[in-house]
Amino acid sequence: MLPIRYSKQIRHWAICLASVFLLGCDSSTQTDQSKLRIATTTSTRDSGLLDVLLPEFTKTYNYDLSVIAVGTGAALKLGQQGEVDVLIVHAPNAEAAFMKDKHGSQHSPFMKNSFVLLGHPDMAMNPQKLTVTQAMAKIADNRLRFVSRGDDSGTHKKELELWGLSASQPQTEAYTETGQGMGNTLMIANELKAFTLCDAGTYLQFKNKIDLRPVNTEGAELENRYSVITVQPEKNNYINQKAAREFYDFLNSKRAAALIRDFQVNGQTLFTPLNQ
Amino acid sequence: MEMILSGITEAIQLLVSGDALVFDAAWRSIWVSTTAVLIATILGISIGTLLARRRFLGRGLLVTLFRGLMGVPTVLIGLIGYALLARQGPLGTLELLYTPWGIVLGEVILAVPIITSLTHGGIKNLDRRIPETARMLGAGPVQRWKTYLSEARLPIILAILTAFARCFTELGIAMMVGGNLKFKTRTLSTSTTLETARGEFSRAVAMSLILLAIAICITVVIALVSREDES
Repeated sequence: MLPIRYSKQIRHWAICLASVFLLGCDSSTQTDQSKLRIATTTSTRDSGLLDVLLPEFTKTYNYDLSVIAVGTGAALKLGQQGEVDVLIVHAPNAEAAFMKDKHGSQHSPFMKNSFVLLGHPDMAMNPQKLTVTQAMAKIADNRLRFVSRGDDSGTHKKELELWGLSASQPQTEAYTETGQGMGNTLMIANELKAFTLCDAGTYLQFKNKIDLRPVNTEGAELENRYSVITVQPEKNNYINQKAAREFYDFLNSKRAAALIRDFQVNGQTLFTPLNQ
Repeated sequence: MEMILSGITEAIQLLVSGDALVFDAAWRSIWVSTTAVLIATILGISIGTLLARRRFLGRGLLVTLFRGLMGVPTVLIGLIGYALLARQGPLGTLELLYTPWGIVLGEVILAVPIITSLTHGGIKNLDRRIPETARMLGAGPVQRWKTYLSEARLPIILAILTAFARCFTELGIAMMVGGNLKFKTRTLSTSTTLETARGEFSRAVAMSLILLAIAICITVVIALVSREDES
């Protein structure tokens, strides 16, 4: 492979490559204020909402955006470690704790939709309306199969909260944790003909691919509130507070509210802005 | 089955329509793994020859270590890479987390043990008369090294191919160190995972088929280029 006459060129290439690599390493400086790193829940990315909001933001503010889509638990961790500048999350209790521990500097709910409890039509519960906590208690008492995200995401936190409110414990043999995102979890619940908790946005996207349908429930427990949090800038030198504030203000603006309100998937509105 | 068939159709459509996401991810997969394998080749061949031809204390231990590292899981490299490159980590100042260069770094770590161990094996297996003859003919150390490489070229090419196959298709490093950022660190393998999570199954099948097609093409090209050596 290496005829002797090429070896000199190869050595030159090696040096070139090494220097390119090293240049790549320190091309960015510590106080780079042109970048904005956003940690967001997967539902906002997967629904396509960010593809509408972000271009509008960069029209005014010329930042190099990096969007890291993870579960709410992981997003809050990234904020706590100062790896990102701003967060979009949906777990009010965990957000309150995050703010109380002084990891965030500003916090504001900016849009909402709802969770839905889904079940296979074969396993339909009583047709009369139940509250969601009654439905959850019924699932636990009758040892019906339930598939959980199990990934510390906002939806998972909500599910645990609902089990708590229903004062019941799901039976271990009927309870499966996937540790995966909402889409994968929905598909697994669908295959297993199980119940699962899902955000309304992801459900609408998967509606045509699954047999699961919403269980007839009522009550305010299923509200799903999305908030934006700017990370405490004292954590390290990298945090771009100015950009984070601008993004925070943008999401709370009338312009963003209009985009959120008009955003549709398959002809259905997914989110309701909170700042009309 | 229907999913795979519609995936094939979708793959062709995506390629024909010049889908920006597909081409971006494909190009990134190619350049990230190629760069990583080039760097790892330089490192691995040097270390491999050294281990095969020089005697020093702890050599046996190093050989075992590199062989052991051939099986290192990519998720572990991803995790360690994340811990090292995070802003709070020891290499945080390099700002390589969530960049393609971060993935390159992780893939170099993945590829070096493979190339080192296979190069070491190849040179170790050379006919004993080759180094003796070279030395008798008065070849200096550099010339002897070139002789070993040219005599062991087949195992070395296989080493590079193996490393490339592993880097090009890996998911753990790209996901954890790269973060699957759209138009920044998204590769064909992270795209496949993402499209599956989104329920876009035919797109996911399409992405992985494109990954497969490119992997086969590059392997075939390398094999063709080096075919003369096998005769």
